[in-house]
Amino acid sequence: MSKDITIANKWQQLKQHTKARVALGNVGTGLPLSEVLALKHAHAMAKDAIVTKLDVEGLSQKCIEQAIPYQIFNSEASDRLEYLKRPDLGRQLLFNTNLKKTEKVDIVFVITDGLSAKAVNTNAFKVLNHLFPNINEDYSLAIAIVQQGRVAIGDAVAELYRADFVAVCIGERPGLSSPESMGIYTTYQPKIGFTDERRNCISNIHANGLSGKQGAQLLQYLIEKSFALKISGVALKLEVGEILKN
Amino acid sequence: MAYQFTLGKQNYLFDDLKSVLAKASPLRSGDALAGLAAASNTERIAAQYVLSELPLKVFLNEAVVPYELDEVTRLIIDTHDVKAFDFISHFTVGDLRDWLLENTTSGQNILEVSKALIPEMVAAVCKLMRNQDLIAVASKIQVITRFRNTVGLKGNVSVRLQPNHPTDDMKGILASTIDGLLYGCGDAVIGINPATDSPNVTINLLKMLDDVRLKYEIPTQSCVLCHVTTALQIMDKAPVDLVFQSITGSQKANSSFGIDLQVLKEAHDATLALARGTVGNQSMYFETGQGSALSANAHHGVDQQTMEARAYAVARHFDPFLVNSVVGFIGPEYLFDGKQITRAGLEDHFCAKVMGLPMGMDVCYTNHADADQDDMDNLLTLLGVAGCNFFMGVPGTDDIMLNYQSTSFHDALYLRKVLGKKPAPEFEAWLLNMGIVDELGNKRSVGDTNKLLLNL
Repeated sequence: MSKDITIANKWQQLKQHTKARVALGNVGTGLPLSEVLALKHAHAMAKDAIVTKLDVEGLSQKCIEQAIPYQIFNSEASDRLEYLKRPDLGRQLLFNTNLKKTEKVDIVFVITDGLSAKAVNTNAFKVLNHLFPNINEDYSLAIAIVQQGRVAIGDAVAELYRADFVAVCIGERPGLSSPESMGIYTTYQPKIGFTDERRNCISNIHANGLSGKQGAQLLQYLIEKSFALKISGVALKLEVGEILKN
Repeated sequence: MAYQFTLGKQNYLFDDLKSVLAKASPLRSGDALAGLAAASNTERIAAQYVLSELPLKVFLNEAVVPYELDEVTRLIIDTHDVKAFDFISHFTVGDLRDWLLENTTSGQNILEVSKALIPEMVAAVCKLMRNQDLIAVASKIQVITRFRNTVGLKGNVSVRLQPNHPTDDMKGILASTIDGLLYGCGDAVIGINPATDSPNVTINLLKMLDDVRLKYEIPTQSCVLCHVTTALQIMDKAPVDLVFQSITGSQKANSSFGIDLQVLKEAHDATLALARGTVGNQSMYFETGQGSALSANAHHGVDQQTMEARAYAVARHFDPFLVNSVVGFIGPEYLFDGKQITRAGLEDHFCAKVMGLPMGMDVCYTNHADADQDDMDNLLTLLGVAGCNFFMGVPGTDDIMLNYQSTSFHDALYLRKVLGKKPAPEFEAWLLNMGIVDELGNKRSVGDTNKLLLNL
C-alpha cells in the first residue's frame, strides 16, 4: 500500500556519487516507509557498536606479528555507563604495576576503544601494517592497548613512555553509515593536560572512508612533519589532497 | 558573596553567585560531571528562589569569571549598554522574567534592552522559566540578517544545506547539494564541514559551490566551515562568502579552539572588506554548544548553560549572519538524553534571541546519547513554534562525515508545512522560478528535465 503513494525521486543518478541518503523519495512531506525502517536499522547497529568490546587478544597477536613491544592498560572508567558519563575517567590510566616498567620510546601508538571498539578491532592494523614498513627505522616504537580510553589518554601513555610523539587510534562516535569509523589523533611532545589545539586528526578511516593505506600515508606525513618542525596541532596544516596524490 | 534561602525547615547556603546559577539549573549530566549541580531537587528550587530575588545589578558587580583573567568577561563588561540598563536597573531576575512574558512587552522592546542584558542575567532568567516560557518569549523576537538573502523574518524558516562527505569528494558533495536544493533547502547557507582542515581542499570546495551558485543564479551564500585562521589564509585565493568559527564562553576555552577575540576581529574586518553580499553584508557564522567550555577544562566553575550564554556575547560583538548551537552534538556526558537535549535547545535559542542574535539550531544527537529521531521531531517542532531562524538540512538526517543525526531536507518540508512558513523571500522566488515549489510552498514533482539535473 505505502508503495503506491510514495513519490520516487527521479534524480536517482545522484546516488552513484555518495553514500549520503540522497534521492529518497517522499510521502507527503515525510520519508517513504522503507527509508524510515532502513534508518532505524542503521541506528540500531550504531547503538550496538557502542557496547562492543576491545579485542585485546586479537590486537596483541597483531603486535606480536609486527614484532612491536606492546602492553595492555585500562583507563579509570570501569564500564560503559561510567565511561559515557565520566569522560575524565576515560582520560586517566588505571594505576597498576605495568605503569613502572616502560622504557623510553620515540613514538607510542595507542589503540583504544573510544566509542566503537569495532572500529579499532577492524581498522587499527589496516593502518599500522602499512605504516610500519615505511617508518624511519631509527625510531623506537611501542604500542599500548587501552580499554575504555578517550583521546587524551594518549598523553598519559606518552608520559609513561617519555615518548616524543603519540598517535591515538580510537573508535569514533558511530554514525548510521559507519559504525566502524576510526580516527587517529597525533601530538608532538605530548603532556597530560594538553587540549585539542595541540593535536592533529585523521578521521573517517573505514570501508567507505579513508583506506588503511591512505590513513598510513597521512600518519607518516604527520610523524615526519612533527619531528622536522617540532610542532603539532592547528599550526601544522594537513594538505590531505597533496599527500594522498603522491 | 554568599547567599542563603530557607525552604521548609531546611536552610540552604550558596558560596557565591556562580554556585547559585549552577544549582538553579535544571539537571544535566555536564553540571553533574563538573561537580556543580544541586545535590537534591529541593536545593535546586532553593537556588531558583534565591535567583528570583536577586537584583540584576548584582550581576554587574560579581563576575562569574574574573575580569582580570578573561577577555570574554572584559568584553561583556566593557560593552555593557549602561544607558539602556536604566530602564531595567531596578529589576530582580524574577521581575525580568515577568517583564519578558508580559503581553505589553514586544519583541522590539526586548531587543531595545538586549545590550543592557549581560549573558549571566539572561542565563539566570532562563533558569526560572519553563519550556513554554522560553518559547513564548523567543517567539516574539524577530532578528533579521542579510547577505544575499534575508533570513529571520517571522513568516520564514531557513535551512543550512549541509552536504558533507567523509573524504570531501567533490561529486559526492555536489550530489547532496543538488538533492537539498530540489527539496527547497539551502537558503540560510550551503555549508560544508570539511573532513580535514586543508587549505587546498577548502579552496576547491569554495570554488565548486560558488560555480553552482553563479551557474543557477541562486540567491544564497556558501561557507566551508574551516578554522578561522585557514579562512584568513585562503581569502585571496578563494570566493569566501561567510567566515565560520566555533566559539565558546571563556578566553581559555576559546584558546583551546585556537582563537581569541583579536583573530575574530581580524576575520570579521577581512570579510567585510570582501563585500560579497548583495542585500546586506553580515558575514560571520558562529557555532556554539553547551559543554564546550567544560570539555576544554576551561569553565571556571560556571555551569554549562551560563557559559553557553557567554559565548553569545562573543558572537553578537561581530554582527553575525548566522549563529547556531549544535545542541546534541557534544555527547551524553553533557546532555544525557532527549529530555536534556530538548531543554538545552530551547534555552540556547531563548538566550541568543534575547541577546539579539539570529539564532538557528542544529537539532541533533549522537548515537551514544539516549535519544532518537522522535526526540528530534519534538525539538524541531518546538523550536519552529519558538521562531528559530534556521535548521540543518542533512540528507536523510544522517551526516556521513560527522557521524551524527540532525534534521533532514524532509524535516524542513514538514516544518514549513505544519507551521505555514516559507523559505527566505529571495530564495523562495528562485524556487518558484526553478519549478521546485509551487505558490503554496508545496514541493512540486520535479522531473529529470529540471535545469538542476539536466546540466550536471
